[in-house]
Amino acid sequence: MADAAAPAAAAPAGRRARLRTDLRHQPGFTPMAWVCIVFLYAPIAVLIAFSFNDNRSVVRWTEFSFRWYVEAFGNEGIRNATVISFQVATVATLFSTIFATMAALATTRTRPYRGQTLAYAIVNQPLMVPEIVTAVATLALFTIIKKATGITGIGYLMLAHTVFCIPFAYMPIRARLEDMNLTLEQAAADLYAPPFQVFRRVTLPLLMPGIFAGVMLAFVVSLDDVIITLLVAGPGETTLPIYILGQIRRGITPEINAVSTLLLGLSLIFVTLFFLIGKQRKT
Amino acid sequence: MAEAQSTLVDARRAAEVRERRARWLLLAPALLTIGIFGLFPLTITLIYSFLSPGTYGGVTWEFSTDAYVQFLFERDIFDGTLEFSSTYLQIYGRSIGLAFVATVGALIIGFPTAYFIASKPPEQRNVWLFLITLPFWTNLLIRTYAVLLIIRDEGIINLGLINAGLIDRPISILYTDTAVFIGLIYSYLPFMVLPLYASLEKLDFRLVEAAYDLYATRFQVLRRIIVPAAKPGIVAGSILVFIPGLGAYITPTLLGGGKELMIGNLIALQFGSSRNWPFGSAAALILMAVVMVALLIYVRNASREGGNHG
Repeated sequence: MADAAAPAAAAPAGRRARLRTDLRHQPGFTPMAWVCIVFLYAPIAVLIAFSFNDNRSVVRWTEFSFRWYVEAFGNEGIRNATVISFQVATVATLFSTIFATMAALATTRTRPYRGQTLAYAIVNQPLMVPEIVTAVATLALFTIIKKATGITGIGYLMLAHTVFCIPFAYMPIRARLEDMNLTLEQAAADLYAPPFQVFRRVTLPLLMPGIFAGVMLAFVVSLDDVIITLLVAGPGETTLPIYILGQIRRGITPEINAVSTLLLGLSLIFVTLFFLIGKQRKT
Repeated sequence: MAEAQSTLVDARRAAEVRERRARWLLLAPALLTIGIFGLFPLTITLIYSFLSPGTYGGVTWEFSTDAYVQFLFERDIFDGTLEFSSTYLQIYGRSIGLAFVATVGALIIGFPTAYFIASKPPEQRNVWLFLITLPFWTNLLIRTYAVLLIIRDEGIINLGLINAGLIDRPISILYTDTAVFIGLIYSYLPFMVLPLYASLEKLDFRLVEAAYDLYATRFQVLRRIIVPAAKPGIVAGSILVFIPGLGAYITPTLLGGGKELMIGNLIALQFGSSRNWPFGSAAALILMAVVMVALLIYVRNASREGGNHG
């Protein structure tokens, strides 16, 4: 990291002088930052590029084409997996966001109370345990329940997703609540608004950006999950990532690139929305 | 007078009770869902680890410490004597080693990056941070697949090197520890950069200026001022890379090729084709124990730093 001479010597004299007087400059740090960005994006860029390649190969470029997307849309397995993914993500997002909102209301803007730290720790528990451990533990519990009740179905998968989505939905909602001060709500209460009305007419509208952000995160996290789904999902409950994993194991085709690109795009839309909502908050 | 005061006290107490009840009612759905379907299953794993495996997966209700014994010993098939075996210890050792090396690698790339971002003007910082965070929110499986695509023998790196005449035969990276190492850094690099940035952002550059006034060299400034300022971020970032790296499943499955196991594969395998749920449970609990130790180190460090963590 201390080899200052190499890049500086090649730079024009003006730039070199500026770097020498720039107090913040550390030699080699700027190139490393660019290495970091290239490292993070180059593999994804290659994947996306070859999803548009009109060839079976994922290395030799021939011609631009949407061929693999057409094929992906025509593939029944992919269509079914997409439907399952969206069903699970929608249900998990709905419940986890409601539960997280309620929990956030109970853990912010209050005087410290007994059990608050514990409640906070429990809500964040799914983040602390390695996913593979959660996955096998959930599998064990669901197997017991299935054996005892005979109930099967996709509900189990939705439930498992709800659990790990709660902390992700909780984070932005809690952050938003902490930014809100109590004055408006107190004013409403002073004007004899009953508590529920205060909540519906004042708290909830103010909280909405946080809730939207929570919805986005929960949805993305559910949509992207692999490990827990892999162990918990029953037959016929193949989500999109699980389908992709199966395909990769069978052999690499440009069709996987196309589906992957679509899934990446989907996550990208949700995350960008999340960031935009977050930005709005500060202004 | 006294009566009025006591009704006031009563009213306040009643309000407090109401508030407490409302609070726990609000918390109930989240706490119950996570408690029953997140925490309770961990207890089941604990119980399962002391039972005997069922023939077709699952368990039979017979107390046994075999799962833990199996971790360290191998039973001779013929006379049933126990012999020390390091097979599973090696898997844990490998995982810890790989996660550690990946953490160091992420630190080497992440530290300069975080510093570079922190030294940018505030309006540019958000763009950089967005760029760093974005991959984290995209699918880990797909990102790992993307790495697989470029490091394959027929991947773009090898092809490029061959076409450039630098090598004649492809360098085999895929399905080696190196591939897992690259995959782990790639997966968890954002976790390293973000806490590092959070610490470095608070660095007072007047300290740097003062150091230069006192004739410090660039390296001395780095070592004596910048690195100490970043220490909470270094610790937090290392923990955030090390822990998920240790329990990684997708990375070793795809890039390690399944020959060289990591803890994640070992656990999943026991619940899958190996059909030894008690041993899988024990392996999962031992992983949890390692994670707890790492977390304890972090908490102790964070509280010593004044508890200013995210």
